[in-house]
Amino acid sequence: MSDQSLHHLSLVQLRAHLASQQISATEVAHHFLQRAQADTHHAFLAFHEEATLAQAAAAQQRLDAGDSSPLLGLPIAHKDIFVTRDFPTTAGSRILENYRSPFDATVVQRLADAGMVTIGKLSCDEFAMGSANENIAVPSAKPEAVTNPWDVSRIPGGSSGGSAAAVAARLVPAATGTDTGGSIRQPAAFCGITGIKPTYGRASRYGMVAFASSLDQAGPMARSAEDCALLLSALCGPDPDRDSTSLNVATEDFSRLLQAPQGDQPLATAGKDGGALKIGMPKEFFGDGLAADVRAALDAALKQLEQLGAHVVPIQLPRTELSIPVYYIIAPAEASSNLSRFDGVKFGHRAKDFTDLADMYQKTRSEGFGSEVKRRIMIGSYVLSHGYYDAYYLQAQKIRRMIADDFQTAFEHCDVIAGPVAPTVAWKLGDKSNNPLANYLADIFTLPASLAGLPGMSLPVGLGEAGLPVGMQLIGNYLTEAQLLNVAHQFQLHTPHHLKTPGGVA
Amino acid sequence: MSALLVHGYEVVIGFETHAQLSTKSKIFSRAATAFGAEPNTQACAVDLALPGTLPVMNKGAVERAIQLGLALGSHIAEHSIFARKNYFYPDLPKGYQISQFEIPVVQGGEVSFYVEEGQETVRKTVRLVRAHLEEDAGKSLHEDFMGQSGIDLNRAGTPLLEIVTEPDMRSSAEAVAYAKELHKIVTWIGICDGNMQEGSFRCDANVSVRKPGAPLGTRREIKNLNSFKFMQQAIDYEVRWQIEQLEDGHAIQQATVLFDPDTGETRAMRTKEDAADYRYFPDPDLPPLLISREWVARVQSEMAELPRVMAERFVCDDGLPEYDATQLTQSKAMASYFEATAKACGQPKLASNWIMGEVSRRMNSGEVTFDNIPVSPALLAGLITRIADNTISNSAARQVFEALWSEATASAEAQALATIDALIDAKGLKQINDTGELEKIIDEVLAANQKNVEEFKAGNAKALNGLVGPIMKASKGKANPAQVNALLLKKLG
Repeated sequence: MSDQSLHHLSLVQLRAHLASQQISATEVAHHFLQRAQADTHHAFLAFHEEATLAQAAAAQQRLDAGDSSPLLGLPIAHKDIFVTRDFPTTAGSRILENYRSPFDATVVQRLADAGMVTIGKLSCDEFAMGSANENIAVPSAKPEAVTNPWDVSRIPGGSSGGSAAAVAARLVPAATGTDTGGSIRQPAAFCGITGIKPTYGRASRYGMVAFASSLDQAGPMARSAEDCALLLSALCGPDPDRDSTSLNVATEDFSRLLQAPQGDQPLATAGKDGGALKIGMPKEFFGDGLAADVRAALDAALKQLEQLGAHVVPIQLPRTELSIPVYYIIAPAEASSNLSRFDGVKFGHRAKDFTDLADMYQKTRSEGFGSEVKRRIMIGSYVLSHGYYDAYYLQAQKIRRMIADDFQTAFEHCDVIAGPVAPTVAWKLGDKSNNPLANYLADIFTLPASLAGLPGMSLPVGLGEAGLPVGMQLIGNYLTEAQLLNVAHQFQLHTPHHLKTPGGVA
Repeated sequence: MSALLVHGYEVVIGFETHAQLSTKSKIFSRAATAFGAEPNTQACAVDLALPGTLPVMNKGAVERAIQLGLALGSHIAEHSIFARKNYFYPDLPKGYQISQFEIPVVQGGEVSFYVEEGQETVRKTVRLVRAHLEEDAGKSLHEDFMGQSGIDLNRAGTPLLEIVTEPDMRSSAEAVAYAKELHKIVTWIGICDGNMQEGSFRCDANVSVRKPGAPLGTRREIKNLNSFKFMQQAIDYEVRWQIEQLEDGHAIQQATVLFDPDTGETRAMRTKEDAADYRYFPDPDLPPLLISREWVARVQSEMAELPRVMAERFVCDDGLPEYDATQLTQSKAMASYFEATAKACGQPKLASNWIMGEVSRRMNSGEVTFDNIPVSPALLAGLITRIADNTISNSAARQVFEALWSEATASAEAQALATIDALIDAKGLKQINDTGELEKIIDEVLAANQKNVEEFKAGNAKALNGLVGPIMKASKGKANPAQVNALLLKKLG
């Protein structure tokens, strides 16, 4: 086995190499550590070689003992939103610079228990607020925006931009992400990888630095649906003693529905009652706002899915546009409260000079938070304040309910919903950084599933303008991740898009 | 409407009481709630609001809320909501307090009690608005830190029930009677230890005054009244102050005030203008609290008989007046003393009279409680039987009772000594103070240990120890060591 090509292997392939003892977990860890440490995309924020190699050695022991756990010895890196004992956790914010958590997030713990080896921590938008990974503040000496491995003049998407860039650049075969309004799906699309956000409540939020509690969900990002299924199986599971919003749904093997190639039309029997899979195409997702190159790649992908036996049916999600104002009320409202704990009293940054308590709070938070975070705290405080609560927050909650109802109506007519992840391919660094509204509008296709708490995923379906990846979004009904992953898997068995590597990656 | 007026003004009081619930662990974390630990030793990651931590509801706290609702005849909401009350303060780690705002777990209900009004004893009923679950904050310690403040988060996350009344009280006496009654109920059902010194039962009084028939006046809230005595003083002062202000032509400003026991005055902490906008909203970390009828039924089946129910039973089964029944159910110990006495003599009304009269009077004058009362229910019942069969008059019985109490106290002491002596004898533990017996043992030991005797006489003082040991042993440990020493020295001259 040549060391040079290890990073092109999928998790499933790497695991087979470990099982056949062609390579050790320690060698794998070394290889990816080396690549990650040579990262030029500013995807990584922290390493801890000793901890990584200790995990690898422990994994190798389990391998030697014949342990056949599917993720044992495989490398992963974590978005810096997950708290970790072995690495600092900053959430991309100066206010948490040098913070060290005394415990691991449940997701981190579960993946470690599955035998995965943590390579390092990954950059993200500050407190996961952003869709370009430009809202970053750490390291404070030289905060560098993460670049897209397909074109370093472009953004990787966000807020899990570090995760997407690291996987696309083959620095790690898999990463964790978090998705509040599209933060797994959009960067996965922009970087040409596969990522899934499960049903709200599937993955424990314990140990995720909270942005918007009613929306935040963890999920895996990797290069194929098959790899994502393995990761998701380990990552999800009830956590009733630590997260009250964790669903009481047993751990599930999401790989179980992934069928081996069977005939030309695997999707002809993948729908309800063994009928053809019905794919809903919401007309609101394919309107004027959708760029022509994205539209073309999606049309081709839908045609491909039809060839695999699926039926494409038109559906409606009439309140799609409203998801933007609804999300940008609810998410900041929750964030304004969630971020109150960063006050300079107990942990994290505290201003050096201050005259009294109010001054300490003000200076600490002014210095510690970046401008997008401040903007959202202000929006959130405003919509919750006396006299505005009913008009904004309460109204937004009502429409949120209607958006969720719209999906249920749509699922009466289809098994899964397909559409774009974002209206365009990745834009240039700095293009929208001074225009928050333009950034918010680009979230339109990912927000509805977030607001409804539905599982959603992104998979690469070709290249658009300037040779940049286009992602397709699949949205399923509650707890149908296994089905979503199978649709994506069948597509990937018959198409090469997910195998494409960014130009500069050797 | 009560005719209690103070200088022509009617006093209007409403209460908010924070009862600390008697759970072992905190309301949303597993840290312990015990009082008095070293600062910050009972605060876990959740209590410190470390990034990534989330609240998980303590079922025991919910069950205590259900118990209170059952005790007060409230509606227990099948569906209630936790909200966040947002404000910044160093002892509030998350920057918000988790509380219930729009939909509390306990809704409505009432508290009834008796107060003296002039010559009469009047039954009053105070309506409850609600009782809701919430977490306590930590403590700020402003002394001893060289100009800085210390924060102790041991109390952060301690479960509280905030019990809110309608403005139904019309005097400080009613207010205190209400607070005492509520205190009795929460301690009776065991949801709160009722320790006011340690802050387990804290009352805030909303006080306003108005001319009879006028709309409600502007209220001022007296915070943290932690004794019944201060409660009365504070309200009386506040009422006088408000009336003076109004008489002088000043309007009352809505404010929060503190009572200073040293000066006996209240002073404003903050006015309405400083009132924060708490930006309440449902806590997205906690799903709605669902309480099934079955859960309520199970909690109810596990509860002890409530004072209210017990009092009703005393009225219906024993024919007691309501007032008596209420007084006798002031504590579980008193109620069971009554029940035992009444049962033994078959004269519940006489038993009630005696317990509320002579027994209570004797108890108030000493350190005696129903747990160590010298006159047993059986004795009291015997006395009552002799009144009932006209053997003695009531006043004669009082003399007998006095004697019983004193003699019982004396005889209890004598009884105790007798018991102890019997044990000492039975176990043969009495020290030998009889010199003759002891001298005999010493002589034997000296004869058997001539070597030590000679060494001692030669000037080796330590040789004495070699003699004391065998003597003590020979006496089976019953010799008095001081006496042994004295006798030895005398013999060794």
